[in-house]
Amino acid sequence: MQRRTALAVIALAGSLALTGCDGGAPAATGPVELTMWSWASLQKVAEMWNADHPDIKVTVQEQGGGDELVTKVITAAKAGDGPDLVQAEYQMIPTLVSNDVLTDVAEFAGGAEDSFSESVWKQVTLGSPAVYAIPQDTAPLALFYREDLFTQFGLAVPKTWTEFAETARQLKQKDPNRALTTFSSNDAGLFAGLSQQAGATWWQTSGDTWKVGVDDESSRKVADFWGGLVKDGVIDNQPMYTPAWNKALNDGTQIAWVSAVWAPGTLTTSAPDTKGKWKMAPLPQWTAGAAKTGSWGGSATGITGKAAKDGKAQAAAKFATWLNTDPKAIAALVKEAGVYPAATAAQSSGALTTPEFFPNQPDFYALAADIAKGTAAAGWGPNVNVAYNTFKDAFGKAATEKSSFPAALRTVHETTVADMKKNGFKIEG
Amino acid sequence: MAHTRRLVPHGFLAPAIVLFGLFFALPIGYAAHLSLHSMQVKGLGLGRNAREEVWVGLDNYATALADPELLAGAGRVLRYGAMLVPTMLGLALLFALLLDLPRTRFRAFSRLAIFLPYAVPGIIASLLWGFLYLPSVSPGYFLLNAAGWSGPDLLHGDGLFLALTNISVWGGTGFNMIVIYTALRAVPPELYESARLDGCSEAQIAWRIKIPLIRPSLVLTFFFSTIATLQVFAEPMTLRPLTNSLTFTWSPYMKVYRDAFVQGGLHSAAATAVVIAAVTLLLSFSFLKLVNRRAAS
Repeated sequence: MQRRTALAVIALAGSLALTGCDGGAPAATGPVELTMWSWASLQKVAEMWNADHPDIKVTVQEQGGGDELVTKVITAAKAGDGPDLVQAEYQMIPTLVSNDVLTDVAEFAGGAEDSFSESVWKQVTLGSPAVYAIPQDTAPLALFYREDLFTQFGLAVPKTWTEFAETARQLKQKDPNRALTTFSSNDAGLFAGLSQQAGATWWQTSGDTWKVGVDDESSRKVADFWGGLVKDGVIDNQPMYTPAWNKALNDGTQIAWVSAVWAPGTLTTSAPDTKGKWKMAPLPQWTAGAAKTGSWGGSATGITGKAAKDGKAQAAAKFATWLNTDPKAIAALVKEAGVYPAATAAQSSGALTTPEFFPNQPDFYALAADIAKGTAAAGWGPNVNVAYNTFKDAFGKAATEKSSFPAALRTVHETTVADMKKNGFKIEG
Repeated sequence: MAHTRRLVPHGFLAPAIVLFGLFFALPIGYAAHLSLHSMQVKGLGLGRNAREEVWVGLDNYATALADPELLAGAGRVLRYGAMLVPTMLGLALLFALLLDLPRTRFRAFSRLAIFLPYAVPGIIASLLWGFLYLPSVSPGYFLLNAAGWSGPDLLHGDGLFLALTNISVWGGTGFNMIVIYTALRAVPPELYESARLDGCSEAQIAWRIKIPLIRPSLVLTFFFSTIATLQVFAEPMTLRPLTNSLTFTWSPYMKVYRDAFVQGGLHSAAATAVVIAAVTLLLSFSFLKLVNRRAAS
């Protein structure tokens, strides 16, 4: 018995020693091993890279959605652990930089700048000389509507927000059981995008001081507009991404959705019976004739501090640049992960084929490229998660009680500012 | 030799002490350490080493206690507990007593059927019930509407408490019933016989003999249910995406989770967690003391 225990102890010690080797610096020979965490399915694209690059081997580990991934990667980084590359939504990049998760790879990847539009590139540099990530996809907002039901109810596609409100009222009059759309409080990203369209920049820096503009005039205008529609009962007030919402989209109880270019993917699973019945149109405008839009999501490939520590930053930056600028890689990204690429050349290339769910709109991506041209710049801060979560609770309450949306926006603003002050950020106003 | 003998008990205790230290005392100590510190940034807070852990004393505690949402959350949990514990234990006791009746049929099947929901993980149960609570997809509402009634709004306001209580009653009754039923089976049957000879009805037997005799297990189930109530987390977290009315601070545990893992405030979350742990401990000990004193007298 005793002998067996002794053997077990030796075996255990042996395995510990082995794992000790695994965790150490990369061996001098053999390829550089990189791991990447992402929620998009990039496995096949990474395999393409691995086949062509025997010196750098990338393993993709698919993770849950955006917020969870951010939490996970920050926790891992605190423990000196985690991946070499991470997919991050643009609004989370300052948070990741502030938590020392991402590293500056300007010396390896600065050349990628020319492949992207200025407003996109600014989101991965945070307006500094550093480069923290390589943009992967963008998500300009557009209006998605049920063409068949718009025709049936004699509705015109709204070009301005005034017309949008008018359309919502007309539909309510013609069929009280339907609603044009819903105001959902469970993803602040949409509201942030709508505010960008109206001209808001929620976070800005000047020198070493932050300026928070969550409650600026443009965002208040947006809040007031949607609050009015909810209060008058002309649109629904229940959250998105619930079984009830799926049903409403599928059976035509809701006939439009303000969303981003990735909407076809969501509609495919949420409203499977409506294939070929939806159409995309430019987002309604605040000034007639304008062509502005905001963004809801979009992500970049970040290179982590761990990669830098292990001497793998250059290899990681090389892969991230290839993944997001090489035409072959982008074509695979579009096919496998269904993203709308950030690289400007790819937006008008043949890589984009009409979404399967929108066979009735063969010029889908031509229109998307047109819409994307008017994308307003976004500015993000180091505590977007605090703002977004406060948004959910404050606007959830306002939407249910049909109370003041601008007051809810004020709560979001004040909580965000208080949180930054508490953490020691220098902040103006 | 005597020396070695004195060491033997320590040897037996060692694994327990080591495990207790590693997985209980150490994390608690670390939480206490975190709760007394805070992360401070310099300037923009971007770039390398922009954050620094500093000693803040009891600041985090002051903030935690001053946050009205913590107290409000505690109030909501108490209200939920006041609905849940009596309902769940009342049903568990009733089912156990019914199963214990001499003439009960299908005993094994009924016991299993009542116990089965306990085997369903809380998150799955909440998802399941969540679907049933959404009027536009729920078969229950469909039937109610067909009969000309409109169902209750279970995802807002007072209905929400009912919705959450229902999930927990559904999931927890079976387990408590088994505990109580096991205690009932341990009561010597001679007692019932003599009671019947004295002319007791089954109801009187239950009320005057069974319930007083199984009081220890009733106390135990009450104690565990109360602690479980204070820790309610999975059910409201799972229902949250379905409704605007469940905030991320609905229960104190949810607030700790949000602060720590969603908003990156590990230090303030640690302080709140320590406060909750202290209150829970205090409540548990005073309850046990009360019960012991009553048992002694």
